[in-house]
Amino acid sequence: MFAMENYHRATDLNDAVRALAAHPEARVLAGGTDVLIRLREGDGAFAHLVDINGLDELRQIDMDTSGTIRIGALATCTRIIEHEIIRSHLPVIAASLATIGGPQIRNIATMGGNICNGAVSADSACALLILDTELVIQGPAGERTVPILGFHTGPGRTILRRDEILKYFLFRPGQYRGIGAAYCKYAMRSAMDIATIGCGAALRMEGDIITSLKLAFTVAAPTPVRCPRTEEAAAGRRLDEETLALLAGIVEDDVQPRTSWRAERDFRMHIIRTLVQRVTREAANQQGGN
Amino acid sequence: MSVGTAVIRKDARAKVTGKARYTDDQSMAGMLVARYVRSPVAHGLVREIDTSAALALPGVEAVFTYEHVPTTLFATAGHPYSLDPDHRDVADRLLLTGHVRYQGDEVAIVVARDELTAKRAAALVRVEYDELPVCTTPEAALAHGAPAIHEGGNILERTELTFGPPVAEAMEAADLQLDGHYNTPVVLHCHLENHTAFAYMDDNDHIVIVSSTQIPHICRRIVGQALDMEWSRIRVIKPHIGGGFGNKQDVVLEPMVAFLTLQLGGVPVRITLDREECLVATRTRHSQQVTVRAGLKRDGTITGIEMDITSNTGAYASHGHSIPMAAGSKFRHLYPRTAIRFTATTHYANIPAAGAMRAYGSPQLFFGLECLLDDAARSLGVDPVELRLHNVARAGEITTPDGGTRYAVAIARCLEQGRDAIGWQRKKKELQNQDGPVRRGLGVAAFSYGSGTYPACVEIAGCRLVLNQDGSVHMQIGATEIGQGSDTALAQMAARTLGIDYDRIHVVSQQDTDVTPFDTGAYASRQTYVAAPAVHEAAERLRQKILAACSGLTGTPARELELAEGRIIRAGEPAEEIMSLGELALSEYYHKERGGQLVAEVSAKTVTNAPSFGCTFVDLAVDIELCQVTIHKIINVHDAGRIIHPLSAAGQVHGGMAMAIGMALFEELLIDPAGGRICNGNLLDYKVPTCTDIPELDCAFVEEPDPTSPYGNKSLGEPPIISPAPAIRNGILDATGVAINELPMTPKLLFREFRKAGLLPG
Repeated sequence: MFAMENYHRATDLNDAVRALAAHPEARVLAGGTDVLIRLREGDGAFAHLVDINGLDELRQIDMDTSGTIRIGALATCTRIIEHEIIRSHLPVIAASLATIGGPQIRNIATMGGNICNGAVSADSACALLILDTELVIQGPAGERTVPILGFHTGPGRTILRRDEILKYFLFRPGQYRGIGAAYCKYAMRSAMDIATIGCGAALRMEGDIITSLKLAFTVAAPTPVRCPRTEEAAAGRRLDEETLALLAGIVEDDVQPRTSWRAERDFRMHIIRTLVQRVTREAANQQGGN
Repeated sequence: MSVGTAVIRKDARAKVTGKARYTDDQSMAGMLVARYVRSPVAHGLVREIDTSAALALPGVEAVFTYEHVPTTLFATAGHPYSLDPDHRDVADRLLLTGHVRYQGDEVAIVVARDELTAKRAAALVRVEYDELPVCTTPEAALAHGAPAIHEGGNILERTELTFGPPVAEAMEAADLQLDGHYNTPVVLHCHLENHTAFAYMDDNDHIVIVSSTQIPHICRRIVGQALDMEWSRIRVIKPHIGGGFGNKQDVVLEPMVAFLTLQLGGVPVRITLDREECLVATRTRHSQQVTVRAGLKRDGTITGIEMDITSNTGAYASHGHSIPMAAGSKFRHLYPRTAIRFTATTHYANIPAAGAMRAYGSPQLFFGLECLLDDAARSLGVDPVELRLHNVARAGEITTPDGGTRYAVAIARCLEQGRDAIGWQRKKKELQNQDGPVRRGLGVAAFSYGSGTYPACVEIAGCRLVLNQDGSVHMQIGATEIGQGSDTALAQMAARTLGIDYDRIHVVSQQDTDVTPFDTGAYASRQTYVAAPAVHEAAERLRQKILAACSGLTGTPARELELAEGRIIRAGEPAEEIMSLGELALSEYYHKERGGQLVAEVSAKTVTNAPSFGCTFVDLAVDIELCQVTIHKIINVHDAGRIIHPLSAAGQVHGGMAMAIGMALFEELLIDPAGGRICNGNLLDYKVPTCTDIPELDCAFVEEPDPTSPYGNKSLGEPPIISPAPAIRNGILDATGVAINELPMTPKLLFREFRKAGLLPG
């Protein structure tokens, strides 16, 4: 039994946005794997719900003629992981989502929810960041498209206004073609856990020279982050032990892990330094896959 | 030949098809639900409590606070009653309290028509506290001037045990003396079915309690004590139960549901704890500090062991000091030629109450002992398996208290078999001189345990067998099936002794204290061992009654008759059937002048306690940079006597090993020492391992029948959890040279220790 106060099942996107605009206290219910937990805990902020599960247009996964891939915000993790387009072109998205929860969670949880809840530990965030994913958002005044970088504004916070709904993720061919990418979720368990540190890397190489590195971390700062200093230092360098050690040193300036009862700053920083090297190496091993 | 084969469990079909009915599957018209109001502070006195808002909520039937409950203190530990007043459990509980002693303590309870209303109402009870200083650790709780958590101070008990020659002399005779200090955390049971119970009255004099309990008969007595009622006026029913691991060897909800129904005129009232409550507001495994000192000769002979344990029992005594004492009395069988001095202190603290948990203190104790012995082996340059083989108990070395019978002892063969299974000698050579970030290691640890609680407690079991009209047999036993498979094992035994098919034995699995023969319940790995004599004797008596009845019918002397596969035959001549059991039964029931229902009932006490043994071998890899341990192979080898049901036995071992790996590498309840706040009282943050975290688990049995059981069996329920943690620790030591003396060996701890050892940059 849940202590729900108001429940509205939206009939279409406009209806959903209207309902959100009319009830400022209302929250969006997608897969429910976060919202229902909060409600069960008695969190009154989640007692007014606009259920968007009837919005089938948000479940689409497709690719247009230009090669831009669109994933609907309501597509479940399992569907994305198993989708042929994703397996062929965005394997790092599939690999990242496969680290979320367990099979039952992934069968109902959505990638939209994973991002919109603002979690610092969101498992899809690193992959979305290193692919420079674009987000299409619907509000009362219409649609806007924003980059994932900057979407998160703090723990549990995003740029989404209360009356806005995330529609699609867009992946441009210029971002995903010709890269090698990898994600590592470092957690205390190998399933049903939140990341202690998450690290994603996307690499473009010419021979053994790094032409560009995109590097992202979760739980390493108040939001998921990219690592501009490390990325800049990597460009033009040979991918070898020396470079990796250098990057492991520089990354400290790109992140601000904190001490909590879950893990100490020193420990997180050590894992970050180790993962920079291992995940970059793994990304290089994935080169040429797509 | 049902004993020793993997017959289909009595409850298998009902459980896998969802037909088995558990406590929560039962409902009654008008049933109310109750929910506790819990303290957010870890230590304090209630200054003011206001229930008016809760009472005003529609759907709320009643609110009771600590001011409304009986003032008689009671003990909750699921031990048999003791005739010796000095040996009784500490009575330190009330149904509700105004002096809260841990975060989650119970100050009031709300009764409502549904769960949601109860939850809302509980949140509406306003309580103000005067906070008291908080002690969560032994250092704080035992410090001079520490605030008294209970009247009489924070020390529950201190005791000393000695075995063998004087330890001081033994230590002097040693070539090497070594110390070690080991810490084990608060661990949670995480059984699938949360605590749940309901109670009702169907007359004016009796209270019926339906509960998920391991100890129905003990529960009856404790509820009677708590409510100051005649024990026979309490009736406890135990349906199917979804696990307990010791957490239900305690009386937790039953006195409260009984109290509530009594207050509310017999209306049925249920309490079902949610997962978070069940994790922190029931019982836990004691966190212990284990200090071990051992003396050894150069050849590896252990001359003496001194062990001191400080055991944190938390807010209430529950099983309290029995935990270190039980472990202290069981470990000596592993190294019986060694002088031993064992001391233990149990203290209160402002953390959740610790109680019984699988292997009852032994995992903590053996973590200390078996780690220290590996350190000693390294110091002496002796192979750790050889060191153990040199010192473990030998055949014939351990006898019954009267000296009349020698228990089976096969630990040396377990060690040899485990050593071969893991490829110890070959891999030891391969793994010399490793470097790099990922290194492999081998680990070993051994243990001893008991098969019951005698002579600390009474061991009593009961069995009633009834020959049915159709020639099958109904079996009622006091032994409590909690998923461990006792119904099946005991039916196998009865079938064997009676001479009928296992499938012709129907077990009445539900316990009902008004009906079921007396047995104190499922704990101490006792159930199969102590129920076996009662089953054996009852089956033997029923068999004789059957043969006598047949003899009366046929004129053939009973000594010339035999019961085999459900048929009465001429002794030694299976082809010559005199009559079927069904024919005999019909005649006994329905002949108008002669015969009668054939029944045999036995209540038997067990005055032996067979030691059981075993060991773990592990082959693992340590990723030093990522501070992660990967187990490649792990095997438990058990000396548990004759195996009654090979598949169930393997299941017990696998489950115990998985729990042990949790304790070794993952699980720890974190409590902030400053304010007593519980940091991770949920299954996201309390890291019980998932199936993906558990490696392939191997097990083997060295079957040496024990002469003190009619079927040769010894304990197996708890033992599998004891030795994996020290074996894993010893494997990490072998791989990295770093001795971790604390559990759980999480990445965070390994990071700290590897840095300290210089394996990672500081």
